[in-house]
Amino acid sequence: MSLLEIDDLRVAFPSPNGPVNAVNGVSLEVDSGRTLAILGESGSGKSVTAQAVMGILDVPPATVSGSVRLQGRELLNLPRKQRERISGEEIGMVFQDAMAALNPVFTIGHQIMEVLRVRRGMSRADARRRAIELVDRVRIPAARDRLRDYPHQFSGGMRQRIMIALAISLEPDLLIADEPTTALDVTVQAQVMELLAEIQRDSGMGLLLITHDLGVVAEVADEVAVMYAGRIVERGTVEQIFAGPAHPYTEGLLASMPRVDRRDEQLYAIPGAPPNPARLPTGCPFHLRCPRATDECLVTLPPLHALPADRASACHHHEEVLGATQR
Amino acid sequence: MPPSDDVVLRVENLVKHFPVKGRIPFVSGGVVKAVDGVSFDLRRGETLGVVGESGCGKSTLARMLVGLEQPTSGAVRFGKSVVHQAKGRELRALRRRIQIVLQDPYTSLNPRRTIREILLQPFEIHPDVLDRRRRVERIKELLDLVGLDASLHLDRYPHQFSGGQRQRIGIARALALNPDVIVCDEPVSALDVSVQAQVVNLLERLQDELGVAYVFIAHDLSVVRHISDRVAVMYLGKLVETGPEIDLYDSPRHPYTSALLSAVPVPDPAGRRQRQRILLAGDPPSPVNPPSGCRFRTRCWQATDTCATTEPPLATGAHPVACHYPLAA
Ligand SMILES: Nc1ncnc2c1ncn2[C@@H]1O[C@H](COP(=O)(O)OP(=O)(O)OP(=O)(O)O)[C@@H](O)[C@H]1O
Ligand SMILES: Nc1ncnc2c1ncn2[C@@H]1O[C@H](COP(=O)(O)OP(=O)(O)OP(=O)(O)O)[C@@H](O)[C@H]1O
Ligand code: SF4
Ligand code: SF4
Ligand SMILES: [Mg+2]
Ligand SMILES: [Mg+2]
Repeated sequence: MSLLEIDDLRVAFPSPNGPVNAVNGVSLEVDSGRTLAILGESGSGKSVTAQAVMGILDVPPATVSGSVRLQGRELLNLPRKQRERISGEEIGMVFQDAMAALNPVFTIGHQIMEVLRVRRGMSRADARRRAIELVDRVRIPAARDRLRDYPHQFSGGMRQRIMIALAISLEPDLLIADEPTTALDVTVQAQVMELLAEIQRDSGMGLLLITHDLGVVAEVADEVAVMYAGRIVERGTVEQIFAGPAHPYTEGLLASMPRVDRRDEQLYAIPGAPPNPARLPTGCPFHLRCPRATDECLVTLPPLHALPADRASACHHHEEVLGATQR
Repeated sequence: MPPSDDVVLRVENLVKHFPVKGRIPFVSGGVVKAVDGVSFDLRRGETLGVVGESGCGKSTLARMLVGLEQPTSGAVRFGKSVVHQAKGRELRALRRRIQIVLQDPYTSLNPRRTIREILLQPFEIHPDVLDRRRRVERIKELLDLVGLDASLHLDRYPHQFSGGQRQRIGIARALALNPDVIVCDEPVSALDVSVQAQVVNLLERLQDELGVAYVFIAHDLSVVRHISDRVAVMYLGKLVETGPEIDLYDSPRHPYTSALLSAVPVPDPAGRRQRQRILLAGDPPSPVNPPSGCRFRTRCWQATDTCATTEPPLATGAHPVACHYPLAA
């Protein structure tokens, strides 16, 4: 049994033009002590997947189906109270925008202590001691004094680290980080990713990392799930996927990314743009942009084929792709 | 086209200080030294990349280059003209020759105008460039140049386009008057990787075909490496190192450049355990009160007493660096 198991998750939002199918049958697993990266372009359904796991979607209007299990326990059919307790205590969450996650009118000390007192029933003094430890843990200098400061008194990188302190304050089993470094400069991004990796090593929690940055994925992930139009189109270990992708979309992504350690003469550009989730094309959702598309692709939706070595690809021609990309 | 030696844009000791509102009325709170003495030459048909962390002054520099911001001191020279002293006919000529493309394809196009109106506007401001009857033909050419189908797109509004398409429209508008220089301020930062490659390839192709020079500003060091002939690294309002792309990336000489490059994630999981990473402590200091001497000294692992008292000048030459103890090339 894995720490987190998602099976055939589907999320749709109503809209005047018909339902927006944001997540279309996602299945994945995260193990304790491991990092699964969900990689995908804007609008591919990464955040909605995370929100469904956290139980923070408004249902209705959204509709959610499938299964989300944490330590084997089904979360989707739990009563609201119990669901909130589990996502509050056993799952921590870090977002892209710390300013929106922290309350601007309370000091950061107050916000961390409040969580500890309400959820853990700690005394004021204990909560304070623990808050200092946590803020120190995320490497904010002079932690004791900085508890009195408000979110706006910190730099972007520091706020991101405070949000991490808050997310790990109840020692969750699973941490979900949705684009935790996208808004940060590279030097600060490197600090924050290093910190997350270190905390994970020490605590053994599972990390579900959402990002569109292939470089970040290569640096920190153990396993990778590539999303396109609300589906997982490829899954495998980070080594497998970077050494030889099994789906044309992943293949295109890797070829379109310039590198800092060498200069490529020409970048491959995937033609066109990702599809609108309210108007998905028939057949394979990637067929309009795919150089390998055949007639079959225009009409038949490819299932996620299991491939050798525990990887998977949702492409009719996965063997051909692997043959071409494997070095 | 290989970059030639004739200079199209010469930037001399450019400075921009913004006053800060003080806490006490009528007492100045000091100044933000957004750009603090930047000099470089841009050659015809080349791409100069400018990199640096958020707030180091890149956009302020960009706005001064195209005349949207008045410098506190220093000059931007184009041929015989000085951008901020030009008036009347000379100013209008300059506006034609130096264009800008901005980061946000969502806000840089007027949402209430069709693509036809947006692209015709430059010709209304500069009516002598092209006879009225030939303009629609020209904007169709422009759309074709940036890979958009005029018959489909001319009468649509910006919100009906994807981010990458809007960025193409912004580039078509910048090209309308055949400029010599286009300043691109984070032109691909808001785009997804797959679409980013389309726009980067487009900019490269247009340069080959039209010989336009770019100042390409971005915080993504990989994209800048890919597109640039030369690169300038900025820290707190100053250039700390400039040089040909290959020298700067493969043998950085300033400690900041070296740290910046080592922080960029590399899409190669096999090598990640061996990679040596310089983790800089803290964030860049405030540009209101920059450190004395070398501005990087508060985060530099090599800093000595000299660095606190004496500001290292940016030397001259092919690969100049502003550091008392440059790294071995
Ligand atoms: N509350 C909502 N109501 C209606 N549609 C929504 C809602 N939240 C998300 N969507 C739509 O669902 C799709 C998937 O969105 P999601 O936020 O998961 O994308 P993402 O992969 O996280 O993208 P990004 O990289 O831009 O964050 C998008 O088309 C989005 O517009
Ligand atoms: N109009 C203004 N008034 C006061 N301060 C300003 C003004 N414009 C910019 N600044 C300040 O000048 C500095 C440089 O800003 P600038 O926008 O040029 O940075 P940048 O390098 O483009 O950053 P980013 O990567 O975030 O776009 C910042 O400290 C900014 O707050
Ligand atoms: S199924 Fe067909 S269209 Fe889809 S990714 Fe594979 S080859 Fe391309
Ligand atoms: S001058 Fe001194 S502080 Fe500045 S970069 Fe060089 S060694 Fe570091
Ligand atoms: Mg998202
Ligand atoms: Mg800027």
